[in-house]
Amino acid sequence: MYDIAIIGAGIIGGMTARALSKYNLKICILERENDVAMGATKANSAIVHAGFDAKEGSLKARLNVQGSKMMPTICKELGVKYKNNGSLVIGFDNEDRDTLNELLKRGIKNGVEGLRIIGKQELKQIEPNLSNDVLCALYAPTGAIICPYDLTIAAIGNAMDNGAELKRNFAVESIDETSNGYTIKSLNDSVEARFVINCAGIYSDKIAKLIGDNSFDVHARRGEYILLDKECGDMVAHTIFRTPTKMGKGILVSPTVDGNLLLGPTSVDIIEKENKATTQDGINEVIKKAKENLSALPLAKTITSFCGLRAVGSIGDFIINSPKKHFINAAGIESPGLSASPAIAEYIVELLSKQGLKLVENQNYNPIRTSSHTFFEASIEEKNQMIKKNSAYGRIVCRCEGITEGEIIDAIHRNPGARDLDGIKRRTRAQMGRCQGGFCGVYITEILSRELEISFEKVTKFGGQSVINVAKTKGGTPQ
Amino acid sequence: MRDLVIIGGGPAGMSAAIAARESGIQDILILERDGQLGGILQQCIHNGFGLHMFGEELTGPEYAWKYEKKVNELGIEYKLNTMVLDITEDKVITATNSNDGVFQIKAKAIILAMGCRERSKGALNIAGTRPAGIYSAGTAQKYVNTFGYLPGKNVVILGSGDIGLIMARRMTLEGSKVHAVCEIMSYSGGLARNIEQCLNDFNIPLRLEHTVVEIHGKDRLEGVTIAKVDQNRKPILDTREYIPCDTLLLSVGLIPENELSKNANIKLSNITNGAVVDQDRQTSVGGIFACGNVLHVHDLVDFVSKEAEIAGKAAAEYIKSGKKQSFVIPIKTDGKIRYTVPQIITEAKDVTVYFRVSDVYKNAKIIITDGDKAILSKSKAKLAPGEMEKIMLKTEQIKNVKELHFSLEV
Amino acid sequence: MIERKLTCIVCPLGCELAVTLEENRVLEVRGNTCKRGEAYAQNECTNPKRTVTSTVMCEDGGLVSVKTDEPIPKEKIFECMEIINATTARLPIKIGDVIIKNACGSNIVATQNRSK
Repeated sequence: MYDIAIIGAGIIGGMTARALSKYNLKICILERENDVAMGATKANSAIVHAGFDAKEGSLKARLNVQGSKMMPTICKELGVKYKNNGSLVIGFDNEDRDTLNELLKRGIKNGVEGLRIIGKQELKQIEPNLSNDVLCALYAPTGAIICPYDLTIAAIGNAMDNGAELKRNFAVESIDETSNGYTIKSLNDSVEARFVINCAGIYSDKIAKLIGDNSFDVHARRGEYILLDKECGDMVAHTIFRTPTKMGKGILVSPTVDGNLLLGPTSVDIIEKENKATTQDGINEVIKKAKENLSALPLAKTITSFCGLRAVGSIGDFIINSPKKHFINAAGIESPGLSASPAIAEYIVELLSKQGLKLVENQNYNPIRTSSHTFFEASIEEKNQMIKKNSAYGRIVCRCEGITEGEIIDAIHRNPGARDLDGIKRRTRAQMGRCQGGFCGVYITEILSRELEISFEKVTKFGGQSVINVAKTKGGTPQ
Repeated sequence: MRDLVIIGGGPAGMSAAIAARESGIQDILILERDGQLGGILQQCIHNGFGLHMFGEELTGPEYAWKYEKKVNELGIEYKLNTMVLDITEDKVITATNSNDGVFQIKAKAIILAMGCRERSKGALNIAGTRPAGIYSAGTAQKYVNTFGYLPGKNVVILGSGDIGLIMARRMTLEGSKVHAVCEIMSYSGGLARNIEQCLNDFNIPLRLEHTVVEIHGKDRLEGVTIAKVDQNRKPILDTREYIPCDTLLLSVGLIPENELSKNANIKLSNITNGAVVDQDRQTSVGGIFACGNVLHVHDLVDFVSKEAEIAGKAAAEYIKSGKKQSFVIPIKTDGKIRYTVPQIITEAKDVTVYFRVSDVYKNAKIIITDGDKAILSKSKAKLAPGEMEKIMLKTEQIKNVKELHFSLEV
Repeated sequence: MIERKLTCIVCPLGCELAVTLEENRVLEVRGNTCKRGEAYAQNECTNPKRTVTSTVMCEDGGLVSVKTDEPIPKEKIFECMEIINATTARLPIKIGDVIIKNACGSNIVATQNRSK
């Protein structure tokens, strides 16, 4: 019997698990995929928003501003890169300028600090690669960038280090009320818990319906992105948004914390829950809009394109409530969900406490998790000490990103351990560089096979049937 | 301080090391990232190597062994499993391995021989899902030839570069069915013999002017949509055709791996993606030389070995006498001739200039001029982008020349 | 008389050959730039042969790369592969060691060194 079952190991589930692991609670995180951070968390704009977008008074506005203020400390504790690069919402004409003024007013009401409108001249100075057609911008010095899956992996890893459990490949099929909580079943497993928190992203409406809560729907909004080589990461210093229209926030251009350049997203609502295929139209739209923002766009340096699904709720605001005793929804967490996530977690803890969950502090709680990139970021002397202790740190496996076998082995054995090639990629950046795993994928397959003690053919790209090899070529009898 | 450090122990690095030793340099160190010498040749188990250098048809490992043996006989020092992390303009190399940790070496001369990498899927922006089952041809080659695993049973190959053609045959021999090789151009970038013996022998269709426009499948690849392209290489929508398959191999080009060269501020060509070099394969940084596929992508390893000999000898000269470039004759091209190596000449001596053309040309004439003055011309029945050409310039043809202009009369 | 077009595979030049045949007898070969091209055309029209390269599993589970010592009849390629696939080689192996004797008319020899 668990005290808490969290459904969904995305950023919200992860942050909530960590916030609860401060207390003496038996926590279980249920994830339908082979790894954490596989839904909306995996593929989004990776922005910590300043907080001027959401309507004043909304849950979104309050939790965004609060969450983005908490983010630097949390990232420091979890060893996750956080870069306060500031953001710019650029305007091309007077109509845009009016909208920016509205955003400025709203931001001030929401409690965003340091906001101001800047003119073309100053803009050109701080962002020389912006298009000449840009007229003005709303500057938000508190805007920041982050790696959302790195943060989620770290939050869940830290929660696990403090006692939480993670069950993978656990797709919830049913939730039944019992005398003292709920029984949650997947096709071949079941878990009992006193409290259930629904952080199931685009599936959170389906989960709510399992206990009879039909009060909301969640649909997926597709967003296609293009990622460019690190050579392009300094084309802009700030995150560049377009002035929002009724059609949404538009295509942004932003450096990532790892130094790449990110372009996107498109915004297309879909009925089905899963459609992460990129489209030619989508890619073309990203290219066209990104070109309007910048004076030149080195598309030849494209590393990859991908599509993310955002969980859009039918209410227009975050849906954080308790439809039934001991059951909490955290649904419809669309943008600025990542920015708000630390505050959402706190808010959930509050709701649980109100429902009678006893919060006794865990005396052994350790908020610190060392960075996944500790070796990478070490000095030469430190590296040599680590190589002396463990020679695997001396063997570079991913040459594009300079990732060692030691770091890959760490990623497999550290909470929450990587189980597949993509899991290694998200934890270490191996396979994420220019060759996209062309050279190192083979060796990482070998390391996964060895460390997880599974045969070579069982190694997958991201769990399920996503195997890398289908058969052995040889297998004869000795002559 | 070392005399000569060679980065890469593949065919280029080994050949350069041997040439430098034979030119009198004792203190040579090869740094190789793999667990054995030979580089990519170790996974190229097919035959067809060595006709120029040895007059016989060898497989990749056999070709590599000829050089490895020589390296050992000459007692040339090398470090395996050693990755170079950085090179500076003043020739300080930072590298790492499990035994030595991270270490630095200062060298009198450096030869870059890091080879090239395959262009990845990402750069193509193909629409669709992101399932498992999509590999560059070289990655599949490594799985099949080095590890003994079959990446898939039903294969489509995009791009008809030589590695793609070779893998069509390899996968077929090991039990897969290759359904098509799609090539966006109207001609293959691979060698004619490979189309014959790797595709035609096994009735594998080569679909010229076709490309993959969409990828299907959730976990593992389930199929691809291909389409014919128009003159601007844009897909024609009503020619779309679905091919069920579990594997897509990409053979869409090779890119010299010059990240280290950039660290050393070496001037690179945006056509070859390799360094700009003189006839000795010396880069814009004195004492740093480049050869093999890191300089420009070769189609035959024999030419890699030959080029590396030039670099090895020149590096030896540089170490012994600090050779300086006395003048600079730039070599310009007209676009039909896409690039030349070397791109500049700095010494009056016989020079073989290698070049590639940008399209298929029949009955063309290569014309070399200096301003209005004709230097040399040569007729060729057929020129193709996939095949590297060479032309020899004599000392007297280079003397007193200001600039060499290579053009093609079609 | 029939005309047959071939691409010579003897060397990387890949000459386009035109062969004039009469009842499987080669009358004339054109388009070749060397003697070997002519010989290739002769063989290709009467008894086409190929060198087969592959790998053989070693007793430690690893692989060793191999080739047919001489070209084998083209129609026997897959038969030869079956023999290769059914074989496990003892270690150590030196380049040139015969791994399988007389498979489809040729020995299968190692093209790699493999220590024990």
